[in-house]
Order: sequence, then structure tokens, then C-alpha cells
Amino acid sequence: MANIISDETIEYVGILAKLELSGEEREQAKSDMGRMLDYIDKLGELDTTGVEPMSHVFPVQNVFREDVVTNGDEREALLANAPEQKDGMFVVPKTFA
Amino acid sequence: MAREYETVIGLEVHVELATKTKIFCGCSTAFGAEPNTQTCPVCTGMPGSLPVLNRQVLEYAIAVGLATDCEITRHAKFDRKNYFYPDNPQNYQISQLYLPICRNGGVEIETAEGGAKRVGIHEIHMEEDAGKLIHDEWADCSLVDYNRSGVPLIEIVSEPDMRSAEEVIAYLEKLRLIIQYLGASDCKLQEGSMRADVNLSVREAGAEKFGTRTEMKNLNSFKAISRAIEGETERQIDLLESGEKVIQETRRWDDVKGESYAMRSKEDAQDYRYFPDPDLVPVVVSDEMLEEIRAKQPEFRTEKMKRYREEFGIPDYDIEIITASKHMADLFEAATAICGQPKKVSNWLMGETLRLMKEREVEVEDLRFSPENLAKLIALTDAGTINSSVAKEVFEAMFGENADPEKYVEEHGLKNVSDEGALQKTVEEVIAANPQSVADYRNGKEKAIGFLVGQTMKAMKGKADPAAVNRMLKELL
Repeated sequence: MANIISDETIEYVGILAKLELSGEEREQAKSDMGRMLDYIDKLGELDTTGVEPMSHVFPVQNVFREDVVTNGDEREALLANAPEQKDGMFVVPKTFA
Repeated sequence: MAREYETVIGLEVHVELATKTKIFCGCSTAFGAEPNTQTCPVCTGMPGSLPVLNRQVLEYAIAVGLATDCEITRHAKFDRKNYFYPDNPQNYQISQLYLPICRNGGVEIETAEGGAKRVGIHEIHMEEDAGKLIHDEWADCSLVDYNRSGVPLIEIVSEPDMRSAEEVIAYLEKLRLIIQYLGASDCKLQEGSMRADVNLSVREAGAEKFGTRTEMKNLNSFKAISRAIEGETERQIDLLESGEKVIQETRRWDDVKGESYAMRSKEDAQDYRYFPDPDLVPVVVSDEMLEEIRAKQPEFRTEKMKRYREEFGIPDYDIEIITASKHMADLFEAATAICGQPKKVSNWLMGETLRLMKEREVEVEDLRFSPENLAKLIALTDAGTINSSVAKEVFEAMFGENADPEKYVEEHGLKNVSDEGALQKTVEEVIAANPQSVADYRNGKEKAIGFLVGQTMKAMKGKADPAAVNRMLKELL
């Protein structure tokens, strides 16, 4: 494996992804990530001069909607899945001191 | 020995677009609805839902780009910006990082010295707004309303070309005017339809390299922006003078306390793990699409000022004030089109309108009287149906609740007494009651007639045409 993921990197990526990993999972993730990067490095061996980056896998472009209101009030359905609700809103842990 | 410092400022301006629906779904963007009643699976991030771009958002973004001298990206796309926060139901914001719709533009501003300066625009990209968090003080929790989630925004990113608060305000006013003229947004800072984040660093005068910058948020008036710039400049200079370092971070401005505090360390772009959004297909801007939008561009301020000079013959100063707001210019043109008297329309706008706006602290966008009613008021005074002081009273009623001047005059019995007989009777009474003034006038004291006109107006409870009273007095004397 050419790419070695450090403990600091996996820790930082864990914070960004909001993941808490056990020691075993952490080692597994480090090795998986290293192998993924090796695989991506393979692409670096190709000469891509003059090749536009692909932005989509299908040859489709310009799919638009017109600026017309089509949706009504579906609040009840929306909140049906909420673990907790109050005054028509989702209740979440306090976000700001 | 004090060192000289230079402040370097760049702006990120978010503008809420005036579309009827959200950027990727058919939910209404109307303001003030009950929480979560304008939401759907798309803007609440339900699995399996698919976003589709609102064509109007693209057209507005291109229109703003063309008006700010940008290159339009002919092959643009959307990316996902990943972060976790409850106001962001998908755990990513759909934005544009790699191929934003507009790039390399700029606008000219006037500097304090009266010169012109170009502020570069790095890019303009389209993105979606987040939901609104309401903090429940009692229950120690937060509540989320997703009505704003998915409301279309454009973010205008300037180059770090500004050097003072004055330049920042001039730049913002310029952008606001352009966008209002386009009808792409109402750009109200107080209500958040225009939001400016200030990126600021200081460096020793003459230094090549930029200093470490901070980003300041929560600035919702021009005054707050000015104060925050002053405060942050001072804070950074103090740090450097005492041998400390400026930390790259996001700070929140508290306008009440007049100081800022650190919110979080500033993320790098890679922390957001951007990648192309596979749910949205690329946007290809054809020549036809571009020409169509270009053809629809409105007349901007400079052209409008030129046309007003040629067409209406009103003073430059009036033109300056009227065209400083799209709303005022629209009012002026519509009222003039009805009554054909540009000078009189301009006088009402420059005089009573500005006076009442100042007195009642009304913003120009919130003016409520219609051009039709202003034209009616002018017609009433022209016909001599009401005199000028009554006209002012009627205008106040129009200014407050867009009262119809014809009805108002009728209901309040404000018409001039046109009955010559009644007028003559009153004038005769006034002459009989004021022999001294009459004698003064006859002895050559021209001014004495003013007193007699005043007495007659008073006797008629203001409902007479002063010119007619004057004429009749002279006849009878």
C-alpha cells in the first residue's frame, strides 16, 4: 500500500463525518482509505491532457422546472417522522449558546 | 512609533432571489407562512427525492452576471458542500464550487476622493438557503423551520479589492441597485434578503503579502458593517502590535455590544468534501439562451439618467435622487405617463415624499401610494379643485394608506369653494371688518393685501384658491 493514513488524519476525517470509531474499526478504516487512494492514484498514470472532467454519467443536460408553485402544505406528513416536535417544528438539541 | 497599516477587505454577498418557488422544488417562497408549511420531500432532504433546477434562478443569476461584467460559464454544474447542522436537512448544501455560473467580473464604485475604482468579482454562484433555527430559551432546545430551506440564493464573491468601510458600502449599494433594477431581489439587509460577510485582514502599508484574514458574520445594516470593519481592523492591529498573531476564524458581530467574538475556526474548502451532485444534470448555456437574457436586461441607472435628462427636463439633482432607487424611478415614470407633467411629479417626490420618509422613517421600497393616485392629486390641484396646502394634507393620507385623493377630498369636504357668490360675500365681509388694512393697501402698502387674503382663507376654512381670493380682493378694492 503506497498511501498510509495517519492516526491524525483518520481522527480528523472522523470528526468531519461525525463518526466515532472503535480501535478495530479505526485500523480497518485506515487500511480501506489507503487502498482507495492507491486505486485513485492509478488514474494519475493516464495522460488526460485535453480531456474535460466528466460532470455527469448520463448525456443529459438542462433539465429545468418552471417557477410555478406546485406544492401545498404537507406539514403533518413531514412531522410524522419527527422524534419530537413542538409548535409545528422539529425539536433538536440546542445548537447555539 | 506607530506603524502604518492597510485594511484589505473582500465581501461574500448572499442575495435571496425573488422567485415564486424554491431553487429545486415547487414549494412557495412566500415570506411569513406558518413553520414548515412550505416544505416537501426535496427541501427537507428525504431519501429518494430528486431536485430539479428552477429555470428562473438560472436566468436571474446570468442576468446579474451580465450586469456585473462577468464571463458566463457555458458549462456549469452543481456540487454538494457537506456539513452537519440541523438547519441543513440533507447534511449537504447544493452549491457550486468547480464551475460557478459567473466568473471574473467587477463593478465600478466612486471613491471618497471622487475617483472611480473597480471592485473585482471573483465569481457568482447559485445555491440553496438553509432552514431557520429558533432557540427555545425555556426548554433548552432548538426548533427547526424548513420553510427557508431551498430558497434560491446567489453568492457574489468579490476580490479583496476594498480598503475602507466607505468602499465596502459603495460596493454594496452598487450591487443592490443593479439587482433591484433587474428585479432579481429586493435586497433588504434588515430582512436578510441581502447578507454580507466581511473578510478582513490588515497588513503593514506597502507590504506585498496579505495578512491572515477573519470572516465576520451577522451584519444586517450598513451601519453595522461600518462599525464591524472599524472594530475588526482595530482588533487585528492591536494583536499585531502586541506581537500576537491573527487567527483565521469566523467571528460573529454583536451590534448591541459593538464587538465580535469567535464562532468557529474557519474551515478550508477541503473540509467540506465537495463533489459534483449526481442528482442534478449539467447546465449548458447556449448562445440563444444568453442572447434572450441579454435582450431582457432592463435600462440601468446610467442609461436611465441620460434618458431623463433628454426626455423630462427635470434638474440633475432630482434625476440623481429619483434614479437612486428602482422603486422611486418606477413611481416617477408611471405617474408621469398618466399626467404628462414630469416636473410636478418630481416635485412631489423630492419634496413631500422625501420629507415624510425621513419623518416617519419609511424606506423607499415601502412607499405605498400608487402612481395613479399621485397623478390624480396633480390633476386636482391643476384644475383648482384644491389648493396647495390642502394638497399636502391629501398627500399625507396617500402616503399613509394610499388614500384615493378624489374620494378623500370628497369625504373630507376639502374642495375649494368655487361658488363666486360665496367667495365674494366673504371677501366683502373681510374688507368691512378690516378697515385699517384696507386703508393701508389703498395708501400703497401692497403687503397689506396678504393679511386680507389670510383673513379670507381663514374665514373660508382654507377651502379657497388663494390666487382667486387675491384677484377678487384687488377687484373690490
